[in-house]
Amino acid sequence: MNKYYLNHLEELESEAIFVLREVAANFQNPVILFSGGKDSILVTHLAKKAFYPAKIPFSLLHVDTGHNFPETIQFRDSLVSSLGVNLLVGSVQKSINDGRVAEERGKNATRNSLQITTLLDTIEEERIDCAIGGARRDEEKARAKERFFSHRDDFGQWDPKNQRPELWNLFNAKHFEGEHFRVFPISNWTEMDVWGYILKENIAIPSLYYAHERRVLWRNNSWIPESEFLQIEENEEIVTKKIRFRTLGDITITGGIESDADTLDKIVAEVAAMRETERGNRADDKRSESAMEDRKRQGYF
Amino acid sequence: MTEQTSQLLRFTTAGSVDDGKSTLIGRLLYDSKSIFEDQLDAIEKTSQRKGHDGVDLALFTDGLRDEREQGITIDVAYRYFSTPKRKFIIADTPGHIQYTRNMVTGASTANAAIILIDARHGVVEQTKRHSYIASLLQISHVIVCVNKMDLVDWNENRFNEIVSQYEAVASKMLVKDVHYIPISALKGDNVVNRSENMSWYMGAPLLHSLETLHISSDINKVDARFAVQTVIRPQSEENRDFRGYAGRVASGIFRPGDDVVVLPSGFQSKISRIDFDTQKLDEAFAPMSVILSLETDIDVSRGDMIVKANNQPQPEQDVEAMICWLNNQPARPRTKFSILHTTNEQKAMIRDIVYKMNIDTLERDLEDKEIGMNDICRVKIRTTQPLMIDSYRENRATGSFILIDDATNETVAAGMIL
Repeated sequence: MNKYYLNHLEELESEAIFVLREVAANFQNPVILFSGGKDSILVTHLAKKAFYPAKIPFSLLHVDTGHNFPETIQFRDSLVSSLGVNLLVGSVQKSINDGRVAEERGKNATRNSLQITTLLDTIEEERIDCAIGGARRDEEKARAKERFFSHRDDFGQWDPKNQRPELWNLFNAKHFEGEHFRVFPISNWTEMDVWGYILKENIAIPSLYYAHERRVLWRNNSWIPESEFLQIEENEEIVTKKIRFRTLGDITITGGIESDADTLDKIVAEVAAMRETERGNRADDKRSESAMEDRKRQGYF
Repeated sequence: MTEQTSQLLRFTTAGSVDDGKSTLIGRLLYDSKSIFEDQLDAIEKTSQRKGHDGVDLALFTDGLRDEREQGITIDVAYRYFSTPKRKFIIADTPGHIQYTRNMVTGASTANAAIILIDARHGVVEQTKRHSYIASLLQISHVIVCVNKMDLVDWNENRFNEIVSQYEAVASKMLVKDVHYIPISALKGDNVVNRSENMSWYMGAPLLHSLETLHISSDINKVDARFAVQTVIRPQSEENRDFRGYAGRVASGIFRPGDDVVVLPSGFQSKISRIDFDTQKLDEAFAPMSVILSLETDIDVSRGDMIVKANNQPQPEQDVEAMICWLNNQPARPRTKFSILHTTNEQKAMIRDIVYKMNIDTLERDLEDKEIGMNDICRVKIRTTQPLMIDSYRENRATGSFILIDDATNETVAAGMIL
């Protein structure tokens, strides 16, 4: 006898596909925010399944800080060409050159918050009315209250206390000229779900997620990779370690963990045993207790 | 690690201020080992700074800065945890009086509701309100947790008294499956682990109950309904003849060869194939997202509904429904709204307010014709084109709608069709 219910990964997949199709039906010029991280790769994979045998009806938008892992860019370009989708790149370097933003200074300087301006400028220039993101509610406490369809005013800002109520699967996508939406199809997925699904579907992800030898230094409780942007302090020392990354952001702020997990199976087993949340290794969230909420209000992902 | 075959259970939590709801959720997450070390560190630091004894588990669920400052929950927050048996999504809804709209929102997608009662206070007005909303939104399973049993000396008689009080309330409503559990969220009794202080309680602890609620039969498997989201027409050589209708099965089961009707046009056809990604499926059931193709080339577009020829919903332009008003601005008389029902959007107007529900006394007010924030009313709605409706009681997906104010684009009401 057949079972007439879905398991939790099938149900989450079906929900995400429903959301992606609602985006296609409700917006003129939607894009997928593509960072090269596993969550945006997952969203792109789900979009492929949602519209097959047609192509994904969205462009990919990469907000490029210039502080990339080279592996991420290679991965992005090969994915774009295999899917036959359009790639848009918003350049933070260009925003700096144009005087739209100023580079942060000091040892812990990052281009993370500079992305907000580049993203909002690109949304305006390209007349994007919906940016699909891979954010999950389990990642961070401010994200726990995020909607699937999240309204942004004409300054690109999020007003967490005045969000539209979201009931059943009825998504209100109405907006005025100049406003846009952020849509989060994998809102209800946890890190474990993402890895479980990547394993089940055998989705290709950048080599950075697998354990590999890398030159790193110990800072803020994680292994920061050596790069041309890294300022090494006197008491710090570059060593070679077998590490992997749990999330991918800028090379300047993404810390790795020591690991031997060099296959998807091993990664899933490791994540299942992990006792710290994945953003624990992201310096951008450690600045204050409401760091994420403050950035989101301004228009961050 | 969660098994691949585990089901998803969505539940909502409701309680009055200080019933210990945040503590209960914190306890579920903590005892099921879903709180990570860095999160616990942050909570420990905050607890110390505020001068609390020990770790205040409630802090774990406070998300936005304003809430942390005021110590209250102001918006629905979603929490996740899993056990080897199930994955859980908690819609954590505020218990404060003016936030009915949040409870309705959280309840709309829930399979189960936890209603918290303070053992010292018993059933209070807010308990009735929470239960009424659970029944209005047709949540299939209600678990009544009598909390703070430690403060009534783990007394069995007190628990039984509250169960009788609640049974009297539930008898006036449509709640199908009610469970009662005496707990202490603070001490951890009967949340994840069985209580040693209440050996008189023979039932299962809360987590075990959540793991074993029978939810597979909650979905309507009889009335096949499929609302078209978008038309899939690949622009490539090899798939030039493909024309499929993308959507999510709302209820029932579809198979290739089924005789179907497309509403509202009434055109008849047969399902020629069901696709999902690169697979061809033998059947599709709720809540699967698939692509249906039909044997005949007929005009089908977003908002149309594909149903079985021998089981059709009612096309109606006059709809009677219970609505919950969700907006600060009261309903203006004879305003035109956009109504979103499945994937179908039409214009609509509230023609008449039949009555307003007083959700504290559960009495109907036939005189008051003003609809304001958090009001629950029975109304008559007229739409510009027919909607293909079922009653909400029979079909959550085709019996629900939202109203959107065209002047502000805000979602102003949630409706359940009678």
